[in-house]
Amino acid sequence: MSSIEVIDLVKSFGPLTAVDKISFEVEDGEVFGFLGPNGAGKTTTINVLCTLMRPTAGRARVAGYDVTSQRNAVRQSIGLVFQDPSLDDQLTAYENLQFHAHVYDVPGRERAQRIEEVLRVVELWDRRDAVVRTFSGGMKRRLEIARGILHHPRVLFLDEPTLGLDPQTREHVWEYILEVQQAHHITIFMTTHYMDEAEHCGRIAIIDQGRIVALDTPDALKRMVGVDIVTVQTEDSEWAAREIRERYGLEPQRDDTRLRLEVEAGAEFIPRLVRDLGVAVRSVDLHRPTLDDVFLKLTGRAIREGEADPLAVMRLHGRLWRGGRR
Amino acid sequence: MTAAYAPTAGLPMRSWQAAARVNAGGVYIIWYRDVLRYWRDRARLVSSLGQPLLFLIVFGSGLTASLGAGLTKELGDVSYVRFLFPGIVAMAVLFTAVFSAISIVWDREFGFLREVLVAPISRAAVVLGKALGGSTVAMFQGAILLILAPILGVSLDPLLVLKLLGLMFLTALALTSMGILIAARLQSMEAFQMIMNFLIMPMFFLSGAFFPLRGLPAWMSVITRFDPVAYGVDPMRRLLLGADLAPGIRIASHHLGTVEDGLLLATFAFVMMVLAVWAFEAQE
Repeated sequence: MSSIEVIDLVKSFGPLTAVDKISFEVEDGEVFGFLGPNGAGKTTTINVLCTLMRPTAGRARVAGYDVTSQRNAVRQSIGLVFQDPSLDDQLTAYENLQFHAHVYDVPGRERAQRIEEVLRVVELWDRRDAVVRTFSGGMKRRLEIARGILHHPRVLFLDEPTLGLDPQTREHVWEYILEVQQAHHITIFMTTHYMDEAEHCGRIAIIDQGRIVALDTPDALKRMVGVDIVTVQTEDSEWAAREIRERYGLEPQRDDTRLRLEVEAGAEFIPRLVRDLGVAVRSVDLHRPTLDDVFLKLTGRAIREGEADPLAVMRLHGRLWRGGRR
Repeated sequence: MTAAYAPTAGLPMRSWQAAARVNAGGVYIIWYRDVLRYWRDRARLVSSLGQPLLFLIVFGSGLTASLGAGLTKELGDVSYVRFLFPGIVAMAVLFTAVFSAISIVWDREFGFLREVLVAPISRAAVVLGKALGGSTVAMFQGAILLILAPILGVSLDPLLVLKLLGLMFLTALALTSMGILIAARLQSMEAFQMIMNFLIMPMFFLSGAFFPLRGLPAWMSVITRFDPVAYGVDPMRRLLLGADLAPGIRIASHHLGTVEDGLLLATFAFVMMVLAVWAFEAQE
């Protein structure tokens, strides 16, 4: 049975089409990733699936319910971890979860037990009576994950769950997410623009400009690129590119001042390349294909990690400028 | 320790009883959150009493000193400070109610509003919970000022206090609901400043808190009839200081009684809440 079913979904804002007729299915218990640069339509898709926006055209079902005609049933069946924190930072961790338990109709006799359980999963039980304002970014995200599963949803939506967290905390947050997923057999639908994170997924849809350009397992996607990736930086990219084309019959991809080549056996290729090229080589890098490479291959553009969208930057500035709350 | 993990969904559509229960739970917890935050933020509680006191003491004493004779002619043997007292209670209610409602804009800014709006409860439950929460808090804020009554020589008895609390609650409900309607459409705190200057302050000044709504220029007299705060100030003054000073707002030669004032406030609140629900729904 599929947890999420999307058929020809379209969402436009005036003349702008954010999601352009996409279709996909997510199986029960799957970890499904939506990967793409900012503005590709990831968050819009999530907003439609979790009933925060109505689709312009097409149909979508989540946990068996239609997102337009059975909104409350959808809402009851899903958990959400948003891109930006959505906690009340003047309440304690426990009070935030209490609030959630009430609006999601968690039976009164189970409330205390479930709250304790989820707080222990994300290791915040000891901090339950601390006001959320005192929490670090990572703790807040963990609390949101705990909140997202408190009402036992069938599908958990994670919109950039680790955005803005340091690498170590990101790793930690992922451990919690996967632990929860395995223990409860929840379907996870996540968006990210971190390539390494996408590899936690069972399947990945790569989305660009509102369209799905590829949908497969991380391994299969990587096989599309297939071989080793050699990145070379030279004194004269123009010259080097022509020479590579002529000498090896390869089509190098330009990425800023670097050239990327897909070659069979990279380790043996590099010495030859350095010897044969008529220009000075500044640096050479060899790696196994990543989803980054897949994205580049499919769209001709790289996903820049850590590049924030203008809106997020504005929000951040606003927050800094006001110097916190009230 | 581990509770059985039973997905709540996948069941047939909920019965109306179940839906009613979720929504009741939603109203309750949204109300509770407002009360809890008010209670926790005692600094705000104390500081927000400063302004009414300032008005009462400085404004009251200042005007009495300069206009003493004229005031006696208008107010009889009631001192201006006593006259001002019900108006200042209404002021505390007005500002607390509006600020409570406007916290929705903060919730929007800081993301919490999404947690509320994506929950499986109706928009009506959200609006009602918020309105009741803001009203409870505002009623408390007004009630605290009643402590001053004995000092000002106004005698209170339990029944009177109960009536006053009822009026404060209804005034607060009307104003919180209006605030929610505004907040539902307001996208920034900057816009809120405009609302304060061009709506809330005039509502306060025209409510009869400072001066009796008698013998006013015709245009002003008409505007005061549309000021919901006036329908809270007048009956409170009547209960505290007697009908001579507050004979009731006159509509088509009929002087409104206390019960009629209450009904008007409740109706206004209801209309505002309905509009607020609609405003939230229109945003999707």
